[in-house]
Amino acid sequence: MKVTLNIWRQPKRDAQGKMESYELDGLSEHMSFLEMLDVLNERLTSEGRDPVAFDSDCREGICGMCGLVINGEAHGPSPTTTCQLHLRSFSDGDVIDVEPWRAEPFPVLKDLIVDRTSFDRIIQAGGYISANTGSAPEANAAPIAQADASDAFDAATCIGCGACVAACPNGSAMLFTAAKVTHLGLLPQGQPERNSRALDMVNQHDEEGFGNCTNIGECTAVCPKGIPLETISRLNRDLLKAATRTDG
Amino acid sequence: MSTSRKVTPVATTTLTPQARALRSTVVTKAVMAVSGLIMVLFLIAHMYGNLLVFGGPVMFNEYAAHLRTIGEPMIPYSGVLWVLRVVLLISVVAHVASVVKLWRRKVGATGTGKRYLSSKRKATGNQMTYSAFTMRWGGITLLAYVIFHLLHLTWKVVNPGGAHEPYDRVVNSFQQWWMVLIYLIAMILLGLHLRHGIWSALTTLGANTSAVARRRLNLAAIALAVVLVVGFLLPPFSILLGLVK
Repeated sequence: MKVTLNIWRQPKRDAQGKMESYELDGLSEHMSFLEMLDVLNERLTSEGRDPVAFDSDCREGICGMCGLVINGEAHGPSPTTTCQLHLRSFSDGDVIDVEPWRAEPFPVLKDLIVDRTSFDRIIQAGGYISANTGSAPEANAAPIAQADASDAFDAATCIGCGACVAACPNGSAMLFTAAKVTHLGLLPQGQPERNSRALDMVNQHDEEGFGNCTNIGECTAVCPKGIPLETISRLNRDLLKAATRTDG
Repeated sequence: MSTSRKVTPVATTTLTPQARALRSTVVTKAVMAVSGLIMVLFLIAHMYGNLLVFGGPVMFNEYAAHLRTIGEPMIPYSGVLWVLRVVLLISVVAHVASVVKLWRRKVGATGTGKRYLSSKRKATGNQMTYSAFTMRWGGITLLAYVIFHLLHLTWKVVNPGGAHEPYDRVVNSFQQWWMVLIYLIAMILLGLHLRHGIWSALTTLGANTSAVARRRLNLAAIALAVVLVVGFLLPPFSILLGLVK
């Protein structure tokens, strides 16, 4: 199949970028979106031109590295990661626009690659538990209700790709932050730091310059892991409780 | 990595995490939610008062007069009304101040220019409701309407028919088609604002606990918005159609 790609090209951070057009022919509909970019890059390299820089790692939908805004939608038309998007989701002769995630806390480093270390700093602020080292604890020592285990697991599937930020009209990272607060807040191991976690992670989220949540759900619509909007409500409850405590 | 953008990996303020959190987007949202819900409670009471127009001039005028004499002689004339006015004014100021703060954050996070160049991008996103899409500009229009509404029925600057008694002023006003049109547009905007606002306020305060709760909160928001809009539109249209004279 044949497609025309309009790709954001930007030589380096803070440089002026622009959309550039490339035509590709002879593609298989079974190719993933990233494989199509590989084909383009091989051609550009053989022509002595600068290949398109984009992020990818596992290419099986679990690492969260790849992420492109395709035709204005984070990760493109199907609710999965960009690596799991295939050309069969498009039609022969399509013109496809490819842009990087757009948010102030995600500065473009080159072409389609953005710097997402702001997410790392949010996790560093409170997305952890403290546990003694040594042999693994007895598995049945801390009983966890099935419903809590399921909800915690669902939240824990967040891969930190940043699609929620790219899709949010407010540039908010609340779904990402809330997924971690929900994951750890539902489990007994997460209780000792539950209050400080909510405070520190929200403070870091705001410090990074992300916007606020307005509960419209654009994030969940593009989330490759289907993190539900309820996680944000959980985060709000934890944060409001922790912020208004009077016992320190 | 270039160093042109200021990166602040650790907190540079001297505030405690709790004090910083009280200034966070989440708490600002909670302020917006609570002030909005106070205004919703006021709207329910306001709608009840409006519907008394169907009870005739005596009932309507006595209700208006009695609003000012609640608690007399223990409470001075208009005392309760003034307390409500102050609470409402604080709510409006808190609501608008939160919007300004959060709107600025949104602009800071997404920039002022066109965020995505693709012309295939839908302005209302993937699943955003039209109500959510109209929150900010709809809210500003509603604020302008509230000022007009006060000029009309509280301060009597706009007073078609020139009557003095509340019942006569309401009836004279809504016998004008253009007045009914203004109120119709305002109430449609109000309905949209409430449909997303009530859901969003309750979610912000932590009520969205499950998929079932999400559906119930959305249904509650839609139901309350419809009841209020219909309740507010019944008197003007009844007057315009000559059912109430």
